[in-house]
Amino acid sequence: MEFAELIKTPRVDNVVLHRPFYPAVEGTLCLTGHHLILSSRQDNTEELWLLHSNIDAIDKRFVGSLGTIIIKCKDFRIIQLDIPGMEECLNIASSIEALSTLDSITLMYPFFYRPMFEVIEDGWHSFLPEQEFELYSSATSEWRLSYVNKEFAVCPSYPPIVIVPKSVDDEALRKVATFRHGGRFPVLSYYHKKNGMVIMRSGQPLTGTNGRRCKEDEKLINATLRAGKRGYIIDTRSLNVAQQARAKGGGFEQEAHYPQWRRIHKSIERYHILQESLIKFVEACNEQTHNMDRWLSKLEASNWLTHIKEILTTACLAAQCIDREGASVLIHGTEGIDSTLQVTSLAQIILEPRSRTIRGFEALTEREWLQAGHPFQQRCAQSAYCNSKQKWEAPVFLLFLDCVWQILRQFPCSFEFNEHFLIMLFEHAYASQFGTFLGNNESERCKLKLQQKTMSLWSWVNRPNELSKFTNPLFEANNLVIWPSVAPQSLQLWEGIFLRWNRTSKYLDEAYEEMVNIIEYNKELQAKVNILRRQLAELETEDGMQESP
Amino acid sequence: MEHIRTTKVEQVKLLDRFSTSNKSLTGTLYLTATHLLFIDSHQKETWILHHHIASVEKLALTTSGCPLVIQCKNFRIVHFIVPRERDCHDIYNSLLQLSKQAKYEDLYAFSYNPKQNDSERLQGWQLIDLAEEYKRMGVPNSHWQLSDANREYKAAICRCSQPLSGFSARCLEDEHLLQAVSKANPVNRYMYVMDTRPKLNAMANRAAGKGYENEDNYSNIRFQFVGIENIHVMRSSLQKLLEVSGTKGLSVNDFYSGLESSGWLRHIKAVMDAAIFLAKAIMVENASVLVHCSDGWDRTSQVCSLGSLLLDSYYRTIKGFMVLIEKDWISFGHKFSERCGHLDGDPKEVSPVFTQFLECVWHLTEQFPQAFEFNEAFLLQIHEHIHSCQFGNFLGNCQKEREELKLKEKTYSLWPFLLEDQKKYLNPLYSFKSQRFTVLEPNTVSFNFKFWRNMYHQFDRTLHPRQSVFNIIMNMNEQNKQLQKDIQDLESKIKRHKNKQTDGILTKELVHSVCPESPTLKTSLCFKEQTLLPVNDALRTIEGSSPADNRYSEYAEEFSKSEPAVVSLEYGVARMTC
Repeated sequence: MEFAELIKTPRVDNVVLHRPFYPAVEGTLCLTGHHLILSSRQDNTEELWLLHSNIDAIDKRFVGSLGTIIIKCKDFRIIQLDIPGMEECLNIASSIEALSTLDSITLMYPFFYRPMFEVIEDGWHSFLPEQEFELYSSATSEWRLSYVNKEFAVCPSYPPIVIVPKSVDDEALRKVATFRHGGRFPVLSYYHKKNGMVIMRSGQPLTGTNGRRCKEDEKLINATLRAGKRGYIIDTRSLNVAQQARAKGGGFEQEAHYPQWRRIHKSIERYHILQESLIKFVEACNEQTHNMDRWLSKLEASNWLTHIKEILTTACLAAQCIDREGASVLIHGTEGIDSTLQVTSLAQIILEPRSRTIRGFEALTEREWLQAGHPFQQRCAQSAYCNSKQKWEAPVFLLFLDCVWQILRQFPCSFEFNEHFLIMLFEHAYASQFGTFLGNNESERCKLKLQQKTMSLWSWVNRPNELSKFTNPLFEANNLVIWPSVAPQSLQLWEGIFLRWNRTSKYLDEAYEEMVNIIEYNKELQAKVNILRRQLAELETEDGMQESP
Repeated sequence: MEHIRTTKVEQVKLLDRFSTSNKSLTGTLYLTATHLLFIDSHQKETWILHHHIASVEKLALTTSGCPLVIQCKNFRIVHFIVPRERDCHDIYNSLLQLSKQAKYEDLYAFSYNPKQNDSERLQGWQLIDLAEEYKRMGVPNSHWQLSDANREYKAAICRCSQPLSGFSARCLEDEHLLQAVSKANPVNRYMYVMDTRPKLNAMANRAAGKGYENEDNYSNIRFQFVGIENIHVMRSSLQKLLEVSGTKGLSVNDFYSGLESSGWLRHIKAVMDAAIFLAKAIMVENASVLVHCSDGWDRTSQVCSLGSLLLDSYYRTIKGFMVLIEKDWISFGHKFSERCGHLDGDPKEVSPVFTQFLECVWHLTEQFPQAFEFNEAFLLQIHEHIHSCQFGNFLGNCQKEREELKLKEKTYSLWPFLLEDQKKYLNPLYSFKSQRFTVLEPNTVSFNFKFWRNMYHQFDRTLHPRQSVFNIIMNMNEQNKQLQKDIQDLESKIKRHKNKQTDGILTKELVHSVCPESPTLKTSLCFKEQTLLPVNDALRTIEGSSPADNRYSEYAEEFSKSEPAVVSLEYGVARMTC
């Protein structure tokens, strides 16, 4: 297919762009296969480049022959284009609609994007499972790498390489896979070096109504327990939902068959409930005219912060089991690709200092989200302005980022990255020139040959130029476990994401700059004092030498 | 001391306010003439000033003892369990007596002695001088006699109480005065009259022979209601807010629906909107504004002082803010003693009017982080002292009463103490250059108003961020000043050395001109980089904090192994009362 077929009018003059808090810009609108571009004639710096894939929804309306297209983006920005000429406007609108909803992944921009920067380190090879495993293997010999899923035959949503207990062989893993939803047998998610406890994750056990059991499954998870120790299974569904799942062949671990494990049910919402929550939340934030009562009731009705609290609470509980109880944890919900990953990755943010560094967080995203099979393509297909009501669309990853932001707010010196880093990840998960978030799992990414055909996001981020934008000037390595407060009074609206386009942040940005200046100045002064001290010491020794030759 | 029957009780438990599992600290409770003191087993001291106590409650006896709940005006809530009912009863009765004084003379300010002599005391009182302030504003001038005006504009803010107009009464003198006010402004012919009450309330007042200005009788006025609720509505609003935020195991939805139904943020927004209206009338239209409510000492004070703060950057400095409080609150007769319940009086006169003003200021500091010389701790400290009765500034209900009490002779002024401690209250991001002459135009879209956690939960350590960016930057700023001094010192020392050496070269040929790199010099290059100042490590100490603090689950009891003692939290304002 040629993009040209979809672009009926590639270029319109005298288009006026309206953005909140900016003066209107008049210019020429151009459509390319992947971008909507508006450049003003007066000044070439005034250019808007918008990826079609960032467009969530469009509205059009006409007054006489003047058409208006309102473009709502997946990053929650809303812009308006006034286009003279009804036909041009209709053409542009239908082209945008077609180009922003291409159904073939290989037509997406990452397959066409050629980087303008020098690649220092190929991000596709930055976080290999073997390397990640090495970090553990120095501390324990109880785990091994398994290649049982090499061909994606045992579990289509797992990567080719996973970490499992050493005492369990591949044959047993194959059997366990048939007993777990989507073939997702329990694998290692996190090893707590301090006490050797682990977080594992999996899909739900397929016990069904007649209480089916699987000896290998029991053996596998028991293999992670020390003698006489108990573990915890955190089910991210309510007991009720878990019980209902039995009717569809799913279920949960029966106490009788897993006597060394204690099961805890913590309900975390999923699917359309989250999507609706996001839609309501963004709608509330976008409305400037709400009076106070209406704003607060909209905020409450969206339930967004309730979801944040649920997820954080469960992650804290898992971390508490590991660090305070000295007990290992297995985490799953139904499929083990949404709430499960929110909990395992947030528990690591709490427990593991490395995951609070830039590279560590990238590794975490790679390990616990991309390789763990969170279906980004499906979940991030649409954002807050869409009303497609597809079950598979859900802001699961955004909720995770929001939770990380909440912890970052409470421990502002313990993270190497800043808020902009999280915002950047949110943007790229929904629309990007990089291939990193394409596809739903490793198997799909492999078939798409993303490594060969697209650029990795990490290749771009991990260059000094970019890193400097994402580095937290206050960072000071903190090797402790950090326990966030989950009280409603402590949770906040993430203004950097949700109010980003709804107000000017001029004064806040200036204050941030001033803060950075103070920190930089402090470093400069420290360095200067050190140099002067050294000089003085040298002079003093010289003097001493002269006086006593 | 006659009220104190028991001065010391041992084995008292202090319960964690939000804990669902009855987590507690055990320690000893002491009762002094001015304070209640609890020292726990880690020797951590909790001081509570008797005047800060808003209510004491004795709950039903339990197996572990007799519960005593104390709520303070600075939003501290403590829950003790006293082992013997008898002791609990004694303390309860003593506190009831001690926290409610009948006479001004029994308040702490009249016995507080910071070891200053009379002239120091007097100097303290003269620190903030209103006549000086009017001079600064440029009045009296050819248009104004001593009254209230704004410096940069010809337009002025004036204030009064409601007219006693009833349904038809007029007062020609009043009409003339307003006309004179209007004429005093050479730029604009009309003036605004702002009635800060909801229209309904103002109309109801007419039946009592009071009311509002009739536009027909006054030439050139534009009349405007701005709808700020009365003191009774505000009092119960805060009460609801505190009930909600004090709930154990609060859910997000209950928090927000409680926040909404309390109406608190709605009231804050109303005050802010009124101040913005006032500032705009003056700045954009160059029109003078007369502000009143019913009596002219509550809502009027809020609106006039906030309006001034928006218009004049002087009031955004530490000293200027003190002047503003002296001018628009103290001298214009805000009834501090009644509103803060300093004496045992009518509970219906108590109202958080001044607290609302401080909260509005806090909201401004959030939107304009560089526009204020002072920081949040300053606001919290002032709030602490409107209730502490430790200083004379806020005692009494009007200027007349204050003079009768001879406050300037018998008590101390708060301001010099705050100024002395200025470092603690400085905003490190303050930029007087860029914003000095600008008028603040805050955005009052509802989403800009937030629950002021650092005020209403100032004693609830676990709810706050465990590391404070603000404190770190504040320290760093202080450290930078010290470093600059160090650099000067070092440079002058080096210069002296060099001079000495040059002298040396002149007198005798230098040995090491042959071998400039002496071995000692090489080793000295390996000097370890020194950290210079002891950076206040406590401030950066990371609180690992404890998960049990945060009540992640009902499984807490199973997880309740002994927690390590928690490191001191950087938050929490140093208190002068201690």
